[in-house]
Amino acid sequence: MQASFTVNGTVRSVDVPEDMPLLWILRDEIGLMGTKYGCGIAQCGACTVHLDGMAVRSCQVRAYELDGAEITTIEGLGTPEAQHPVQEAWIETQVAQCGYCQSGQIMQAASMLANNPNPSDDEIDAVMSGNLCRCGTYPRIREAIRLAIQKQGA
Amino acid sequence: MGKLRTLTRRTFLVGSTAVAGGVAFGIYRAKAPFENPNLAGLPEGAASFNPWVIIDAEKITLIAPHADKGQGVFSAQAAMIVEELDIELDQVEISFGTPDKAYMNGALTDAMVPFPQYDYGKVAEGARRFAGGVVRAALPIMGTGGSSAMPDSYDKLREAGAVARETLKAAASQQAGVPIEGLRTENGAVWLPDGTALTYTSLSAAAAQIEPVTNVTLRDPSQWRILGKPMERVDIVAKSTGTLPYGVDHKTDGMLFATVKVNPRQGGVLISHDATAALAMEGVVDVFEITGGISVVANNTWTAIQAANAITCEWGEATYPPEQDAHWTALSASFTDDRLNAEARNVGDVDAAPGAEVIAEYRSPYVAHAPLEPLNATILVSDDRVDVWTGHQLQMFAVDMVAKITGVDRDNVHLHNQFIGGSFGHRLEFDYLKQAAEIAMKMRGTPVKMTYSREEDFAHDFPRHITMGRGIGKHENGKVTALDVQIAGQSVMTSQMSRIGFSLPGPDTQLHEGAWDYPNLNLPNIRVRSYKETGLAPVSSWRSVGAAPNGFIYDTLLDETIHAAGADPLMERIRLMGHDVSVKVLETVGEMCGWNGHDLGAGRGRGVAYVFSFGVPVATVVEVTQTERGIRLDEVWVAADVGQVIDPVNLENLAQGGTLFGLGHAMNCEITYSDGMAQQSNYHAHESMRLYQAPKVNFTALENNPKIKGFGEPPVPPAAPALGNAIFAATGQRIRELPFNKHIDFV
Ligand code: FES
Ligand code: FES
Repeated sequence: MQASFTVNGTVRSVDVPEDMPLLWILRDEIGLMGTKYGCGIAQCGACTVHLDGMAVRSCQVRAYELDGAEITTIEGLGTPEAQHPVQEAWIETQVAQCGYCQSGQIMQAASMLANNPNPSDDEIDAVMSGNLCRCGTYPRIREAIRLAIQKQGA
Repeated sequence: MGKLRTLTRRTFLVGSTAVAGGVAFGIYRAKAPFENPNLAGLPEGAASFNPWVIIDAEKITLIAPHADKGQGVFSAQAAMIVEELDIELDQVEISFGTPDKAYMNGALTDAMVPFPQYDYGKVAEGARRFAGGVVRAALPIMGTGGSSAMPDSYDKLREAGAVARETLKAAASQQAGVPIEGLRTENGAVWLPDGTALTYTSLSAAAAQIEPVTNVTLRDPSQWRILGKPMERVDIVAKSTGTLPYGVDHKTDGMLFATVKVNPRQGGVLISHDATAALAMEGVVDVFEITGGISVVANNTWTAIQAANAITCEWGEATYPPEQDAHWTALSASFTDDRLNAEARNVGDVDAAPGAEVIAEYRSPYVAHAPLEPLNATILVSDDRVDVWTGHQLQMFAVDMVAKITGVDRDNVHLHNQFIGGSFGHRLEFDYLKQAAEIAMKMRGTPVKMTYSREEDFAHDFPRHITMGRGIGKHENGKVTALDVQIAGQSVMTSQMSRIGFSLPGPDTQLHEGAWDYPNLNLPNIRVRSYKETGLAPVSSWRSVGAAPNGFIYDTLLDETIHAAGADPLMERIRLMGHDVSVKVLETVGEMCGWNGHDLGAGRGRGVAYVFSFGVPVATVVEVTQTERGIRLDEVWVAADVGQVIDPVNLENLAQGGTLFGLGHAMNCEITYSDGMAQQSNYHAHESMRLYQAPKVNFTALENNPKIKGFGEPPVPPAAPALGNAIFAATGQRIRELPFNKHIDFV
């Protein structure tokens, strides 16, 4: 099928099977590699992107749901030169170890803070627990979120 | 990279050499760490130089050969060079280099000698040097594992930086006609007394012409500018902006995408398959048989995985007992003389020692590595060369494997090592690479990226080896008097080495590592015996290898015996510990948490555990509360002695991550077999820790250890016993089997 949607502000049209997940459309069709595959079944969160402003698991969003959608990936959130406050906080806190989960962690955190600029510890736990980090960077993720809250408040 | 590839081993016959437009620095033969007669007959340059610094007219390139799987060694290696070179990290390019014996890992063999790593005596050190020499001569390993990257790199990379600096100064002195004493180096340049700066790049051609200065003195840590202080990891911005390409992100023109479906009964054959449905799918390019299974090549990874799922296969039998129970039965029957792997330690007389007995049996299951980046490799087989893009920890063996399958000479196999999205040991294995090579052979001329689905990864992991422990602890008058520890396990080293074509020359030390070298030198009676099983599932090194199961067995038995004696868990461990560096570690963790006994009142408790692994003593205290819905992890304290801290921030991150890794898997992870297949297929069934469960982890690093040590693995082993000991302190329930959630709930 033909699907037409916006990715990081650019209109994209792809011709793909209708049940092809957004994750693989981004990676193998469009060539945006910042969004990662970890499990394919909504268990790890490595594939998290924003769809119309909401954090979603891109491995669960199919081509037929995409027409007209606005997608933001980690590449569209910020860049090395112009970082999003959440990315700045992640860098200052030196969260990443292998880093493979961090695109998804950052996208999840950015969406949480956009909807709720001052989440409680319990709210952070609830929102962030779908994102697996095999390297165990959770203490620094918590720290970075606190720092991002400060930055965004400032 | 193009330029580096032309630097063959032969180019590095001296401490520096001219390269296109510049100079490459290494280390002289005289700087080799030992003079071993075995080395006299080595081919020229085979083990004696280490090309790490390359300077040409445009730029400075540092080679960081150790694979980075998240432990931060890419940054750390470069930092060691720039510390001596007087340049900043953002002024250099860093490359993984090409696989070469020159980058062999000199520290991997430290654990291969029969001396505990806290023994720095003459005999033990001599044996380590000898083992290093023999292995270098026979089998130089360029590899990353065993928490060895730091000890391997520490001296030689700083020396490489210092040699380059002094040689550049000598070149500047000649060029400017100024005595060397009047020169100083800073910010990537040699500065003349009149304030003129000669950049290193401008001096590169001249430096290539002169005899390198190899008589250098390394700076004392008190003078360090960069090392020992928090540094911004060079990959941190890329890893926080989605711009760091991992192996799985490799892109190249005309590339196709593949996946595999191999017999989930590991080692079994493919009897037949029906790919009719798969071949009819849009985007499927080809389906063909490979060793043990089939491969699908398609227009994208998703289609390849869908098509693989649509293929029906008839599989042959596994090479091990099909049902999990039989694995435990086999281990429990392995505590016999003919299975004795080693009597690794025997002091005093455990049988005759006085005291009441604690008798216990422990189980540590198979556990998956499951790094978040799925296993993958992109391979292009062309007419006269093969290019491989993958992240691997044993780069030279990887090249050999691909050379063998493709029939291309190993010199024409070019491995481009990639950043790694986690390994935990799985990227020491070769199956995925061999499968990718078989696929690329069939698809000759087309680059093919082979990616495992997560389900294939779980089905085809070589998990952590299964282990059973039996112990007797004795106590009298409130003191522990004896520990008799017996450990039976599926031999991880036998299994792993068989897949690279070697047989294990002697006992498998991983079956008692972390138990035999537990330095409780004040305990008068200790015996540690290990028993070897080889007929169970194929297994592989899992972060901290034997020290994880063995540390759990040893330290839990110790804890049980201390409790039976009525002694304090921390104080009695300190009393038994004859090793000063370790005593300090235990005392430190006690101070950090304000230790005041294990019992914190109703439903709350603390457990302490200690394990010595990879030369690092680590003590961990876990505090838990029993809630209505289960055990909650409240807080954790960790103290460790790594000898020398290179980057305190990264070290803390590794301490937190390694501890949570150890705790998470102890809570809820195991691989079990039924009908010969792993029953866990994805993270929902093998979850480890999630953020809501992660306690605060406090960390203190000590530097009393006489040698620098790596820290990727040592935080892992004490986590599980500390948690088990804490659960006992809070609830009175002693759980002797991992994972703990088989017996208790967690919130
Ligand atoms: S890949 Fe989508 S949640 Fe894991
Ligand atoms: S940093 Fe490695 S998985 Fe999160």
